[in-house]
Amino acid sequence: MSKSDQHIKTFPKGGVHPNDEKRSANVPISELPPPKMVSIPLSQHIGAPSVPVVDKRDPVKVGQIIAKSKGLVSSNIHSSVSGTVTKIDYVLDSTGYKRQAVIIRVKDDEWEESIDRSETLVKDIALEKDEILKKVAEAGIVGLGGATFPAHIKLNIPRGKKADYLILNGVECEPYLTADHRLMLEKGAEIIIGAKILMKALGVEKCVIGIEINKPDAIANLSELCKEYPGIAVQPLKVQYPQGGEKQLIKAVLNREVPSGGLPIDVGVVVHNVGTSFAVYEAIQKNKPLIERIVTVTGKEVDKPVNLRVRIGTPVQDLILAAGGLPDNTGKIISGGPMMGKALNSLEVPVAKGTSGILLMPEEEAHRKAQQVCIRCGQCVSVCPMGLEPYLLMNECEKEVFERAEKDHILDCIECGSCAFVCPSNRALLDYIRLGKRVVTTMRRERVS
Amino acid sequence: MSVQTSSTLLTVSPSPHIHKEHSITTMMYAVVYSLVPALLMSVYVFGWSAIYVTFLAIASCMFFEFAISKYFFKQKASVWDGSAIITGVLLAFNLPASIPWWAIVLGSLFAMGVGKMAFGGLGNNPFNPALVGRVFLLISFPVPMTQWPEAMNANRWTMADATTGATPLAVIKEGLDAGVPISELTAQIPGFFQLFTGMQGGCIGEVSGLALVLGFLYLLYRKITTWHIPVAVLGTIALITGVLWLIDPTQYMSPVFHLITGGVLLGALYMATDYVTSPMTPKGMIIFGVGIGVITVLIRLWGSYPEGVSFAILIMNAAVPLIDRYFKPKRFGAVRNGK
Repeated sequence: MSKSDQHIKTFPKGGVHPNDEKRSANVPISELPPPKMVSIPLSQHIGAPSVPVVDKRDPVKVGQIIAKSKGLVSSNIHSSVSGTVTKIDYVLDSTGYKRQAVIIRVKDDEWEESIDRSETLVKDIALEKDEILKKVAEAGIVGLGGATFPAHIKLNIPRGKKADYLILNGVECEPYLTADHRLMLEKGAEIIIGAKILMKALGVEKCVIGIEINKPDAIANLSELCKEYPGIAVQPLKVQYPQGGEKQLIKAVLNREVPSGGLPIDVGVVVHNVGTSFAVYEAIQKNKPLIERIVTVTGKEVDKPVNLRVRIGTPVQDLILAAGGLPDNTGKIISGGPMMGKALNSLEVPVAKGTSGILLMPEEEAHRKAQQVCIRCGQCVSVCPMGLEPYLLMNECEKEVFERAEKDHILDCIECGSCAFVCPSNRALLDYIRLGKRVVTTMRRERVS
Repeated sequence: MSVQTSSTLLTVSPSPHIHKEHSITTMMYAVVYSLVPALLMSVYVFGWSAIYVTFLAIASCMFFEFAISKYFFKQKASVWDGSAIITGVLLAFNLPASIPWWAIVLGSLFAMGVGKMAFGGLGNNPFNPALVGRVFLLISFPVPMTQWPEAMNANRWTMADATTGATPLAVIKEGLDAGVPISELTAQIPGFFQLFTGMQGGCIGEVSGLALVLGFLYLLYRKITTWHIPVAVLGTIALITGVLWLIDPTQYMSPVFHLITGGVLLGALYMATDYVTSPMTPKGMIIFGVGIGVITVLIRLWGSYPEGVSFAILIMNAAVPLIDRYFKPKRFGAVRNGK
């Protein structure tokens, strides 16, 4: 990519501009010590839950595998602490349901000896393509941007397809969140070596790192660092939500459009989050499985918004205490960002691989405003980055004519929430569309069988 | 400042968790504010009667919305959401300043009752309610609806009976039909500058194109509305009348005349852009606007009324469901091979 490509790009259609609210952007990442107890969920990824390989009263070390991937789409899970397994039980997780988790009482901080805990930067990539794929799968790495799709699956390019670009997603277009931003500032070199590893695994020569221009320091840092690596370049992007949506990002960076119902690989692209790239670096160069991640803890009333390096399985309340405690008027706690995050119903929910942020919203912002009639203003249509008609889809789902919703391409919806964000009548557009997507998916499955 | 795990009641709801700071009401009131310059110009041109007609229409529309909601729908009326006020203002803007009070009340009843509430209220009406009211009055009571007080009449501040005159559009139309050459006719009407600023006979809100454009620029700036419909309407009218004028300037007025007289600007900027009764996509809006432009010109040049904007908008309102069905936004990913 030449210098002339350095102008700011964006995706062509729709999008919204929520307030940025990046309160923790200047707070360096700090480490949260391991808690007394962790509960490590067995479903932290898209796909089948992992199968536990430890039992009650087993001693474990940091980095020891505790659950193995089951089936094609699944992921390994490792202990994030050392101590004793107390039980395997059902605990509330960020979905709001009780699901299986391994609960470990923490004792000391004893790591597996094979893990390199030094800070030394390892630049040379010793492993070959197949070894990298195997290692990424073993290390239990999933997409850390929030979607938690197992990373090794995206690295296995299906027969008949070919990739020529890797895109690293450093957009972080969700308001409030700064975990990726801090990582790009503090672990930029590691992220770029991670990208080199991913490129080697994919057999591609070119990589673009997409970053929104509200993070000029991260753009400068990575641009400087990747001078050393021909083939890797930084692409500044306009601040526009959902710039970090996979399809929007590919369109913005390469002007390639993933066909409806298709995957990035259909246009020769594989996208990974910068956090995932860092995890890949640690797994390949340091032999460290995915046992911790960066989590932003923030909110308008939060005392000290922070970016924490947290062991997987730590209860959310420990993170909140590290940010100065729960503000009195907290009305809602969100795992993730305000546009796509999930509201938590307990402070004991454990941090999982996909937990990018904990957002505490004050009571006055926690509730939806009353829904009014649709005045056909058309704003949902104009902001939809997928070119859909949210008002129409909602209507069809409300009236339960799901066949028509299917014809109107409801499954193209990426659930970014732009329509519901912008609707002056506060209509539950995305709620109905989500419902419709589930029904249509089921309908399709039944049609096949 | 402590973590309470048992006593804290957390709200749980699906994403998104934040919302843009606006509502139907803020958007409606922005439209109301944008109409103030046109009202002020109208008061200047027609005197107190412009204020009286406008406020009586607003009060009537709000009253009828309230009464119908309460006694027919048996539900809480939302008279303060601003939409009834807009209908009132726009209905008044489509009436001559000399209109009798009973016609205003009757027009408001028809606009709200038949135009809006009969379909289920805000958001459900296929036709622009204010225009439904106006056309009802125009067809039922053609005499008071086609007598316009003269602009800048000396009696305009005294509420005395003002002398009435024809609108520039009517002067031209009747003149041409009678075979009077166009050069003689243009001498009988004000110049373009006067027409554009509002020194002409006509309905209350339509006389000052300048004030209407200013208000519309405010709406564009606030992102309450988009340029598509007005540009399509005005562009179409300018194009057709322009071509005809170039062909035969002795039989056809210039496009500028057509744009700044009658209800074209009021219709294109405020009536056709009504959210509820216009298409949802930019493509649809352009089609809709072009349709209005074509029908307006057809009625003005070859129809029996001197002015056709109201009818044009109502006819195209009827086509909106069809337009929405066939003019879809460009879908992301509706491609082959990624190009």
